[in-house]
Amino acid sequence: MRVRRTFVKWLVALGILHGIVLCAGFFAPYDPVEQDRKSPYLSPMRVHLMDVHGHFHVRPFVYSLRLREGSFDQYEEDPTEPHPVKFFLSGARYQLLGFLPCRMHFFGAGNTRIYLLGTDAYGRDQFSRLLFGGQVSLFAGLLGTGITLLMGLSIGAVAGYYGGWSDNLLMRVAELFLALPWLYLLFALRAFLPLAVSPLEAFFLIVAVIGAVGWARPARLVRGVVLSAKERDFVRAARGFGASNGYLLRRHILPETSSVLLTQAAILIPQYVLAEMTLSFLGLGVPEPVPSWGNLLSSLQQYSVLVSYWWMYLPALIMVPFFLGYLGLASSLQEREEAYKIPRSSLGSLT
Amino acid sequence: MKKARANTHCCWILASLFLSLFALGGRQTAASPPQKSTREELLVLPGEAGRSGGRLVVSLRGEPKTLNPLIAVDARSREVIGVMQADLVHINRATQLTEPALAKSWKISPDGLAYTVVLRHGLRFSDGQPLDADDVLFTFRVYLDENVHAPQRDLLIVGGKPIAVRKVDARTVVFELAKTYGVGERLFDGLAILPRHLLEKPYQEGKLGQIGSLPTAADQWAGLGPFRLKEYVAGQRLVLERNPYYWKSDAKGNRLPYLDELVFLFVPNADAQVLKFQSGETDMISQLGAENFFVLSKQQRGYRMVDAGPGLEYNFLFFNLTDASEKTSPEMQRKQKWFREVKFRQAVSAAVDREAIVRLVYQGRGAALWGLVAPGNRRWGNEKLAHPAQSLERARTLLKEAGFSWSNGPDGESILLDSDGKPVEFSILTSSSNADRAKMAALLQDDLKQLGIRAQVVPLEFRSLLDRVTQTKEYDACVMGIASSDADPNSDINVWLSSGGTHLWNPSQAHTATPWEAEIDRLIEEQMSARTFEQRKKLYDRAQEVLAENQPMIFLASPNILTGAKNSIGNFHPAVLEPYVLWNVEQLYLKDGTENATR
Repeated sequence: MRVRRTFVKWLVALGILHGIVLCAGFFAPYDPVEQDRKSPYLSPMRVHLMDVHGHFHVRPFVYSLRLREGSFDQYEEDPTEPHPVKFFLSGARYQLLGFLPCRMHFFGAGNTRIYLLGTDAYGRDQFSRLLFGGQVSLFAGLLGTGITLLMGLSIGAVAGYYGGWSDNLLMRVAELFLALPWLYLLFALRAFLPLAVSPLEAFFLIVAVIGAVGWARPARLVRGVVLSAKERDFVRAARGFGASNGYLLRRHILPETSSVLLTQAAILIPQYVLAEMTLSFLGLGVPEPVPSWGNLLSSLQQYSVLVSYWWMYLPALIMVPFFLGYLGLASSLQEREEAYKIPRSSLGSLT
Repeated sequence: MKKARANTHCCWILASLFLSLFALGGRQTAASPPQKSTREELLVLPGEAGRSGGRLVVSLRGEPKTLNPLIAVDARSREVIGVMQADLVHINRATQLTEPALAKSWKISPDGLAYTVVLRHGLRFSDGQPLDADDVLFTFRVYLDENVHAPQRDLLIVGGKPIAVRKVDARTVVFELAKTYGVGERLFDGLAILPRHLLEKPYQEGKLGQIGSLPTAADQWAGLGPFRLKEYVAGQRLVLERNPYYWKSDAKGNRLPYLDELVFLFVPNADAQVLKFQSGETDMISQLGAENFFVLSKQQRGYRMVDAGPGLEYNFLFFNLTDASEKTSPEMQRKQKWFREVKFRQAVSAAVDREAIVRLVYQGRGAALWGLVAPGNRRWGNEKLAHPAQSLERARTLLKEAGFSWSNGPDGESILLDSDGKPVEFSILTSSSNADRAKMAALLQDDLKQLGIRAQVVPLEFRSLLDRVTQTKEYDACVMGIASSDADPNSDINVWLSSGGTHLWNPSQAHTATPWEAEIDRLIEEQMSARTFEQRKKLYDRAQEVLAENQPMIFLASPNILTGAKNSIGNFHPAVLEPYVLWNVEQLYLKDGTENATR
């Protein structure tokens, strides 16, 4: 089925992208916080196949860069010795998937350093920082979405199923949350917290805040679905046979919300990744030196960086394939829903 | 907050010699009675003669709060006031030496307690009113009045007593000090002489603090500086015009200043200043960061960028050494145990890669720093201070001697443990609006990681940072910078003295906390009243040594003063003392056939 195939296609693409970020330690050649103080603002290195003498090399190689005399950030290639790109070599220590101690890296350049996407102000490898930064940003998006949907599902289900004053109360609170200027709220919240929070604390704080702020919209959607679902004939029939509220919700009503939730998830994840980036960009996210896509971009707040070093924009570019993947997934989810749905009118005429 | 440059100072000294001769000659010839009432003794400035006319535009980071020198504390107000007011004796920003200003000459009595100051003939305020000794008397009465709360008051209390001012005749005033004052006539620098005819009434009504706000009408305000108020447009600009009564002339006898108008544009931040300069909307720029200087240098079109050399700004890291009180948390007390250990501080200092700070933060346009006296200060630095390079081994040895040890963390990294076996972790505050210092902190963080110390950098808005450091004292460590306003040690007195408000690691102590701080207090107070430069220098050198031994401040680096001006600006000689580019504003001119900023 065509719809199903596009759905799987997007899922696989996203899986690969996330797999790379998840195994950042393996794909990144260096430790993301390691400073190479000799090479600040090094531009992305060129990978060559042809050397200065016109010889072709099967194995791609790079020339090491040296600082041009008397300059601060102008580098030139040193063509005396090509450094072939090596694969599966041992390097900086890291923990694969967060628990497997490991030293193997996908690529590197042996005795020189290879900077595929250049370096930042401290000579840290931008490529490694991008991959590790993705771990923070994407994980924050996923986890935040999880929290939001969980809250939205439970609140929406209670409001829709029980109705009455609980419905009224919950929906008014939801409206209140929708109206909140959450960015300013976050600023205020951050001011109440202790001065120095460790990167891990900061991460969970952002996730909790992002997740807790966005529950109102999914809750309203879920409530709508629950409202209509609880009047469906099979639910009434089950109730007639004496099914309890809990059973009805679990067995018959909540499964109805799954497609709404999945679509919401696919829409919310990129939104939340963006929210994390916004916060980190403004300095409210994970602190230096831990990278996230947002604080990688924050160096662009300086005019001099903005006009001098184009590779500092790359963190803004990297989210494009991810977001494309999620939005593609969302639309194919919607299509799938349309395709599977039996029109209510035809259902009505059958009975 | 600038330093001086060496390149021109020889000719300046010659010039001032020539000047005093000229002034002397002027007085003798001027004895002919007919024009006595209108005779003026103009101060003749050497140097390139310029062309009259034109308008110069510079930018200010935000609006000045006031034009009133009695209440101005912010840098922007002081910059504007600097071109509208004048002092009796002025420190030449290029030579860092004093030279005559409103005072034609001055004499210090042999016991060093009385300063006799003789005013120039024919001085007039910018509204045409003449100036005499009564204005000087009035000025110092106002500065010293406790009810006025003038920021200048502290400078005029010598040996615990206010300076007494006595009029001898219409042009001669005697200042009497309770104690000898090593600073000498430098104390008069920056003390604007106020117009009595405008301020006496508000003073008697107790309203001095309310006047001189920016919407003041041009005819309600007067000064002795090269420019006077013309127009103020809220949120946009302040326009000053040439003071026709200004008391300086060039070597050809043309009255200064050359420029007809001086315009201050208000812009929100440093990047906006750069953009305005780049687009040609402003004619000069100063206080540039190295990165912006680099950007502007790369695309020089019609302007030149000048690196005026090392300034007087010193950046440093310091730890919270304030006295523990019952409010201090146990955790803070535990951390302070490390901070109080002098070997710990020495180890941190040894681990700092100052050379990397200069290269990565200032792009090489700065100097590594091991003491409070920045390299831009040519007379007062202690040359014997050691300049040890980064040495992690030395740092580790020091830590070991102080009872610290190391263990291995989960990722194989080493973790520094104190004598109780607790890991050494602390946070470093920096100002969120200062990108340079934030970078320094990030480099420090990495240096400390090499020692197994986990430091966290916490950027804070500057005012809340200052509040934490000086008021609530809830912080571990902090990276900060201070720019001395003058080369003389007196300008940093509040950093040195344990009772000082900017004695940052433990400010405003009621009782001196440590013996070495007591020694510094003694040395600094002694040099204040020492008479000769050599005596003062010796005492000051020793104070610098004590500071270097105890490392309450771990000095990092000092940036160069980076400036730029359009090629059409003549006599552009940036100095390392404030106001970096406007210090010789009366001599700045627009060269022939060039266009200045069009607004």
